[in-house]
Amino acid sequence: MILLQLYLAFAKMGFFSIGGGYVMLSLIENEIINARGWLTSAEFVDILAISEMTPGPIAINSATFIGYRVAGVMGSIIATIGVITPSILLVLLAATLFKRFYQNSWVQAAFSGLRPAVIGLIAGAAIFITRTALIDLPSIIIALGAFLLLILTRLHPIAVLAFSALAGVICQYLF
Amino acid sequence: MLPIIKREVVERFSWLSDEEFVDALAVTQSLPGAIAVNTAIFIGYKVRGFMGAVISMLGAVLPSYIVILFIAAFLTHFTEYKLVQAAFSGIRPAIAALIAAAVLKVGRPVIKERLNLALAFLFLIFSEVLGLHAILVILSGGLIGLIRHYIHYRQTKKKCEADTE
Repeated sequence: MILLQLYLAFAKMGFFSIGGGYVMLSLIENEIINARGWLTSAEFVDILAISEMTPGPIAINSATFIGYRVAGVMGSIIATIGVITPSILLVLLAATLFKRFYQNSWVQAAFSGLRPAVIGLIAGAAIFITRTALIDLPSIIIALGAFLLLILTRLHPIAVLAFSALAGVICQYLF
Repeated sequence: MLPIIKREVVERFSWLSDEEFVDALAVTQSLPGAIAVNTAIFIGYKVRGFMGAVISMLGAVLPSYIVILFIAAFLTHFTEYKLVQAAFSGIRPAIAALIAAAVLKVGRPVIKERLNLALAFLFLIFSEVLGLHAILVILSGGLIGLIRHYIHYRQTKKKCEADTE
């Protein structure tokens, strides 16, 4: 039964993960943490950290990880299949209807309306994660430093994460 | 990711022409789901039909799946080490920074239009302050897009009619 729940939850999230992987964060916050309690917000930030450090889409990574946490290897398979089910159905549908679908001005209009909604949701996820991850002075300083590195330099995010890990280790042993 | 896909699909194997590739991206980027997975399904379908779609999707998904499964299975043991815990205490705030930077990166082209900036802010309030479900936020975004298009459509129609008179 838990497998069916996993499948349905991730299929639903897959269907609504529009505009890149970051909307997935907002969906996980709503569907997995708040509605089902399958994950704590601290675990959520750790999964996100692992997703960012490994290649591959956030949607797939988080489905695999959460599925495994909830119901072992079987859970990871079911959740991953769940999150890609909408992709398979919709892409195949679009591939057959192709231009007629995409060039329709009403379809375009709906998509252009989605964009600000997606920005709002990602900003919300950023606030949620900030509340969870910024717990003391060192973490606030690391976050600020990482943010400045990310927006002012062309440093790769992985390098920023590596610096931050190092900063975390140094802080731990200093204080 | 996309430059890699393009190099393999267009330049190395010539499965798609340049133009077809751009069309494929336009479709796969606007559909829900991970762009890499969607693109794999689309190209697989173009090249070899349904079986092609399934196989190339597996190719796109399996590496991530295996890596994450491995990490998920061993992470609990991993996090017992003091050093790993210390490293994660630094990585967590950096993740917050990463998402905040993503808001700026994704948002910049969209909020050039003032109305979009206001809407994004409104949706933020809906979701964080009023606790509206992410799915409802997305649906209302689509609805607003349709309404704006309808208003625009009506205006142009009226203008056309006025011009012909």
